Amino acid sequence: MDRIDIHPTHTYGDFKLRRGKPLPFGATLEPGGVNFSIFSSHAKSCSLVLFKRHELEPFAEIPFPDSFRIGNVFCMVVFDLDYENIEYGYRMDGPFSFQEGHWFDTSKILMDPYAKVIGGRDVWGVTPDWSNPYQHRARLSFDDFDWEDDRPLEIPPEDQIIYEMHVRSFTQHPSAGVKHPGTFAAIRDKIPYLKELGVTSIELMPVYEFDEFENSRPNPHTGETLYNYWGYSTVGFFAPKAGYAATGKFGMQVDELKALIKDLHKNGIEVILDVVFNHTAEGNEQGPTISYRGIDNRTYYMLTPEGYYFNFSGCGNTLNCNNPIVRNMVLDCLRYWAAEYHIDGFRFDLASILGRDPWGAPLANPPLLETLAFDPILAKCKLIAEAWDAGGLYQVGSFPAFGRWAEWNGKYRDGIRKFLKGEPGRVGDMAQRLQGSPDLYAWAGRAPATSINFITAHDGFTLADLVSYNDKHNEANGENNNDGGNDNDSWNCGAEGWTDDPGINALRSRQMKNAIAMLLVSQGVPMILMGDEVGRSQNGNNNTYCHDNELNWFNWELVNTNAGLFRFVKSCVAFRRIHPVFRNRWHFRNTDYVGSGYADITWHGTKAWNADWSNDCRTIAFLLCGKHAKEGTMPDNYIYVAMNMHWDAHWFEIPGLPPGLNWHVFANTGAPSPADCWEPGSEPALDNQSGILLGDRSVVILVGK
Amino acid sequence: MAFTATLETVSEATSKIILSGELDASTAPTFKAEVEKAAGTPMKRLVLDLRNLEYMASAGLRVLIYAKQKIGADTDLYVVSPQEPVLHTLTVTGFDQSVFIVPSEADIPA
Repeated sequence: MDRIDIHPTHTYGDFKLRRGKPLPFGATLEPGGVNFSIFSSHAKSCSLVLFKRHELEPFAEIPFPDSFRIGNVFCMVVFDLDYENIEYGYRMDGPFSFQEGHWFDTSKILMDPYAKVIGGRDVWGVTPDWSNPYQHRARLSFDDFDWEDDRPLEIPPEDQIIYEMHVRSFTQHPSAGVKHPGTFAAIRDKIPYLKELGVTSIELMPVYEFDEFENSRPNPHTGETLYNYWGYSTVGFFAPKAGYAATGKFGMQVDELKALIKDLHKNGIEVILDVVFNHTAEGNEQGPTISYRGIDNRTYYMLTPEGYYFNFSGCGNTLNCNNPIVRNMVLDCLRYWAAEYHIDGFRFDLASILGRDPWGAPLANPPLLETLAFDPILAKCKLIAEAWDAGGLYQVGSFPAFGRWAEWNGKYRDGIRKFLKGEPGRVGDMAQRLQGSPDLYAWAGRAPATSINFITAHDGFTLADLVSYNDKHNEANGENNNDGGNDNDSWNCGAEGWTDDPGINALRSRQMKNAIAMLLVSQGVPMILMGDEVGRSQNGNNNTYCHDNELNWFNWELVNTNAGLFRFVKSCVAFRRIHPVFRNRWHFRNTDYVGSGYADITWHGTKAWNADWSNDCRTIAFLLCGKHAKEGTMPDNYIYVAMNMHWDAHWFEIPGLPPGLNWHVFANTGAPSPADCWEPGSEPALDNQSGILLGDRSVVILVGK
Repeated sequence: MAFTATLETVSEATSKIILSGELDASTAPTFKAEVEKAAGTPMKRLVLDLRNLEYMASAGLRVLIYAKQKIGADTDLYVVSPQEPVLHTLTVTGFDQSVFIVPSEADIPA
C-alpha cells in the first residue's frame, strides 16, 4: 500500500499543500513534493515566492497558512513542483523599527539562509540585471552524487602540508592551459601539479556563494572593474559559488565541486574550506537586503542599543554567532559540508568573533567553539582558527581550543620574517617557532600541530614580494595606498621592487629558499601560499582583494622561469614527508627518553653544543635525533639544520653522530642551483664531517645516516 | 528535436537504451522509466547510446546517476559516443569516473 502521509491535505489555487516538517530547515525534496521550512523570531506572516528559473516575475506566491507555523518556524510541503526549474524565495511581514532592530519589508523577496544552490551569479563577472528584485535566487539541490567509497582522508594533523589557494586565481591566467579557466573543473586538471609539489591539503579561499559585484567599482586610474574578488563576504553559507563552476550556467556547481573533491581525495589530497562566519554580504545599514536582514535582523546580527550594526569584522556587520539560533545554523552548515561534500577541514576567517557574546564581549567559554569542537559529525574535521578579529581581539596562543582547534600562528609569521631579514634579538623567539611554538601551546597541552605555520598567506605580501619590497604598493586598489597592513617585516634586499641587479636578485632568491627551508623544518603544520613555490609577485600589493587580473592570477610560466626555486620547494616538501622527525605529535621534552644518547632536540651555534642566545646573534642550529621521531615510534635519520641570517659567512662546527653514521648534505641555500638541494635519499656525504661554512644569509640542512 | 528513449535487449548479458533529442527536466522521466525497465532484468552491462543525444541538463545527469546506482556495482555502465556538449557535462561533473565512455559499441568487451 502507498504511504498516506505523503498526500496533500490543503490547496491554494492550483497548488496542493500539506503541513510541512519544521526540520530540516531549508527546502528538502519529499516524495511528490518539496518541504519548505524557515524560521523567524519576529515575522507575523510569511509567503513562499516561486519563480521559473531566471524569470524576473514570480509565477506564484503561496502564503503559509497560520496552521502551518510551529513556534517560530513556517513549514509547508508543496506538491508537484518542477523542482529542476524553480527558484524560490520568501516574503515576510513584521515590524519595521530601526532602533528595535526590525527590518521587515514586504517589498523584498528574501533568499533562504539554508539555500543549497543559489542562482543569480551563474557565470563569473557577468554584470547582473540590477532591475531584478530577487538577485540571489535559492534553488533546490540533490544529494545523489556518486561518491563511490570516498570519504574524508583523515590525514593526521601533524602530517599535513597545506597549500592556500584561490579557485579562480589558480587557473584563470591564460598560461594555465586548461579548458575551463578559473573553475573547480580546472583545479582537477592541475592535480598532477599539486601532487608534484607534494602538498597534502589544499585550503580554498571562500567558495560559499558570494557576489563579486559587491562594492564593485571602476579603478580610478585604469577604469578596470574592481571586484569583491577574494570572496570574503558570504551570500549563502550552504551553497558553492556558481561562478567558480564551468557548469554554473547549467546550475550544476554542486556536482562539479563534489567531483573535484572526490578526485583530490583519490590522489591523497585533502580539502579545507576557508569559511567566513563573521559577517555577511548584507554589509552595513546601507547594504542590500538579501536574506538575513529581512528575515530576522535582530537574531542574525549583533546590534548596538540604537539598532546599528556592530562592526567587529571591518566589513559593515557582525554575524551574531553566539545567539543560539545562529550557532545552530553554523553547526548545520558545517555538518552539511562535512557530510554532503566530504570536506576535510575548515579554516575560520576572523574566528575570534565567534567567541564574542551577542553584545561583543569576548566569552571565556564560547558555546559555538565548544559545540564545533565536540560535534560527532565534525569529529575528524580539522578546525583551524584565524585567531584574531578586526575589533582588536588577538588570541594566538589563547584561542579557546577545547582540545581541537588549531590556529593560524601569526607569531610564527612575524618571528620568522624578523629573523629572516636579520633583525637582532630574534634567536630565542626563533627556537620557539621552530619547535611548534611550545611557549604558546605546550603549557595548555596543545600539540605542535595546533600551530599552522606560515610566512605568507593571502593577506599580505607574497614570498617574492616579502624579499623585494620594504613597503606596500597598493595604489591599484584605488584607496591611495591606505588599505592593507603596514607591519610587513619585509626587506627588499637593496632595491625597492624589480631590479636587474644580479647581486640583489641572487640574494632575493636565497632569501626565498631560506624562508621555505625554515617553514618546512619547523614542527607544526606548514602552509604554503599559492605561487610562492615559483616566486609569484603581486608587484608589492599586500591586499589584492579586488583584482581579477594578473596581480592575483597564477602565471604558470613561472614554473619554467623559476624552475630552480620550484625544485627547491618540491625537495623540501619531499624531505619533510619522508622524515617523520619533523612531524612530531607532541612537543619536545629536551631529553633522551629512548636511550639513543641524544636528546630529542639539541641546540647549537657556530660552536657545536653551544647555542648563542645573545642579542646580537643571528645564527642558530639544531639537531633532531631520528630515534625520537614521532615520539620514538618511527625510525628516522638524524637531522641537523643551521641558519645564518648574518651578513657575513660563518663556520659552523657540527655535532658528532653515533659511530658508523655520516653527515650528508640535503640542502645549502648558499650554493647555486642545482647544488642548493638534492633529491631526498641521494644526498652526497659532507667532505668535512666536523664543520661546514655557511655563506651569508643561508640555511644548511644535513642528514645523518 | 523530440526526445526518445528506447530500450533494447542486445543479448542475455547486455541491455541498451538509445537516447536522442534533448534530455532535460521535462523528458528525464521517460528516460528514468526505461532505466527502471532495464534494471528489472539481470544483466552484465547497460549500454547508453548517446550518439543522437544533443543536450543533457542537470535532470538528465541525475537519471544517469540514478541508473548507475539502480543497476548495482556488478553491472557495468557504458556510455557510447556522447556528443561534445554532453561529454563536457559528464566530464566536469566527474561522472566520467563512474562509467565507461567509449567511442563506439565495437569498443565494448563482449
